[in-house]
Amino acid sequence: MTLMTIRQSIQKGLREALQNDPSVFLMGEDIGEYGGAYAITSGFLEEFGPERIKDTPISEATFIGAGIGAASVGLKPIVELMSMSFSLVAFDQIVNMAANLRYMSGGQISVPLIIRAPTGAGMQLGATHSQSFETWLSEVPGLKVITFSNPIDALGLLRSAVKDLNPIIIAEPAGLYGVQGDVPDKYYEIPIGSASVVKEGKDVTFVSYGHGIPILLDTQEELTKINIDAEIIDLRTLNPLDMLTINNSIEKTGRVVLLDTSRKLGGIMPEIVSRIQEQSVDFLDGPIVRVGSENTPWPYNRNLEESSLPNVNNVIESFREGYKI
Amino acid sequence: MSKDNLSKKELLKLQEKMILIREFEEACGENYAKGFIRGFLHLYIGEEAIAVGAISSLEKEDYVVTHYRDHGHALARGLSTESVMAELFGKSTGVSKGKGGSMHLFDVEKNFMGGHAIVGAQLPLALGIALACKYKKENNVVLVFFGDGAVSQGTFHETLNLASLWELPVLFFLENNLYGMGSHVENTRAEGRDIYSSADAYGIQAEIVDGMNVLEVLDITKKSLESIRNNSKPILIEAKTFRFSGHSMADPAKYRSKDELNYWLKKDPIKSFEKYLIGENICTKDELKKIKEKAINEIEKAVDFSIKSPEPSLEELKKDIYA
Ligand SMILES: Cc1ncc(C[n+]2csc(CCOP(=O)(O)OP(=O)(O)O)c2C)c(N)n1
Ligand SMILES: [Mg+2]
Repeated sequence: MTLMTIRQSIQKGLREALQNDPSVFLMGEDIGEYGGAYAITSGFLEEFGPERIKDTPISEATFIGAGIGAASVGLKPIVELMSMSFSLVAFDQIVNMAANLRYMSGGQISVPLIIRAPTGAGMQLGATHSQSFETWLSEVPGLKVITFSNPIDALGLLRSAVKDLNPIIIAEPAGLYGVQGDVPDKYYEIPIGSASVVKEGKDVTFVSYGHGIPILLDTQEELTKINIDAEIIDLRTLNPLDMLTINNSIEKTGRVVLLDTSRKLGGIMPEIVSRIQEQSVDFLDGPIVRVGSENTPWPYNRNLEESSLPNVNNVIESFREGYKI
Repeated sequence: MSKDNLSKKELLKLQEKMILIREFEEACGENYAKGFIRGFLHLYIGEEAIAVGAISSLEKEDYVVTHYRDHGHALARGLSTESVMAELFGKSTGVSKGKGGSMHLFDVEKNFMGGHAIVGAQLPLALGIALACKYKKENNVVLVFFGDGAVSQGTFHETLNLASLWELPVLFFLENNLYGMGSHVENTRAEGRDIYSSADAYGIQAEIVDGMNVLEVLDITKKSLESIRNNSKPILIEAKTFRFSGHSMADPAKYRSKDELNYWLKKDPIKSFEKYLIGENICTKDELKKIKEKAINEIEKAVDFSIKSPEPSLEELKKDIYA
């Protein structure tokens, strides 16, 4: 085991990919000399050279598009967006091109492209810089969307992504780059499409991903005071969803709370509600409870932003109200 | 342009505005370190001559649109130092009630239409405002600022094309400070250092100006505005400049050499203009000292005002939106 941060585990995964496969190259704004806006690729330019660590101008639509083109003829581009908020500039390329090419070419063209982007609110960056568009991207057929809340998953998922032939979005929770954990030294992968039970429990199923997981860990600890033993599920993949893990947990606990730190309106949680309704509603002792942030643009002011972001109290209150506990 | 065209009062006003911006930005840096200002903060130090030279030439009815490095433009346009500072402090007395922050300053009364933080996103907005001006048969011009980095966005090229095709009253003001974050313009632009040449492709007249010289900026802007008002044809001005600090507070700017920074520090727009004012016997050192003291005083008041101002009420979260 080696203790490392999420940032270090992503670096490890990227380094491995570059070392093992000559078709892998990195591309993005200021990923070279500057080392990336969140210092993920710090030192990579010196190590791998400018052919494989390509700095781009501020042309998101075009460099993502170029990643699609390069991927379509056999390269493995790993493209960094400075922020998930800037994915909007490249949405046409991501959705119309990357996601559709394989299907509409009758399976002739694959797009093994990885797009990495820091995501999430909570840093007072205001309306244009705090958005989490992995929620939109998760409903696009043809894309896989993955995310994580600890360094073990970050590395294991990245390894799987590098081997995958589909376009993959990696939504990297910007507030969690410093989160530490013991990462196995022996090679492992985490399969895409599998959620994990972060903590087992018998009284209620908490489901979230990314920034929501640390909130749920604190919440379950708080709930032990009233003898509630919560189970926590980290989705890890937003598309395709792992309903089996969720359904199994609901069957055991009979209660479920879905937490999304991005806006409550839309996203992947309403889809999970719908599937629970179809698949495991009979096991529930009460309503499917949802917690999310307010349906407004993100404000700059700290108090306003904090009042929108879900916290431990919101989860506990919603849970207790929903299940009359 | 020389002092003959401008009164002493007008000349001193230019210096006063540049100093006000410089002092404002220094105070921002300090208050960021203290934790009063948060999020992303981009300072305008070194580029003051552009905002002051260009915006001083506008009429009240003209429009200003800019990017996230916007404090200088806001102050040059006459937004109150108090309400701009309060915005950075996230207070209810801020220009955008504390909801926008440093990158999203707005003051519609001053025809100051933002403060936009998606690189290149402000350009189509400016185009649309110019379209409206022409549509309403107003003789106003839209002055839009953007950086060398924004030239790499499709919106730049699409906006230039339409502004030319539709003959819209836009003055494109390119602040070429040689870097977009850590990327030197020679590594991002096929044209190399002189970006103005791309205006040619769209049939747009382009000018180049020393962005460290407030009188030259003023002069070229005045001429351009006159031409746009008469012919309703857009013009692009490229100003050569440099930001003296990092891209944002998080950037130690290690990608630039000391020599390069020193080269530009010698061109400091405020110091050069001071030299000019004294060399030409337009004013005394003492008068300039008083101007600086006045600016420091005004900024201190603005900081004090911001500290004392109330936070927005929590209801503000759901205001200014329909739902
Ligand atoms: C679409 C988009 N991509 C990336 C960014 C991040 N970003 C903010 S400013 C900036 C550099 C812009 O440089 P330039 O246009 O030259 O302006 P300067 O900062 O030099 O004034 C970058 C990459 C952004 N805000 N929007
Ligand atoms: Mg620049």
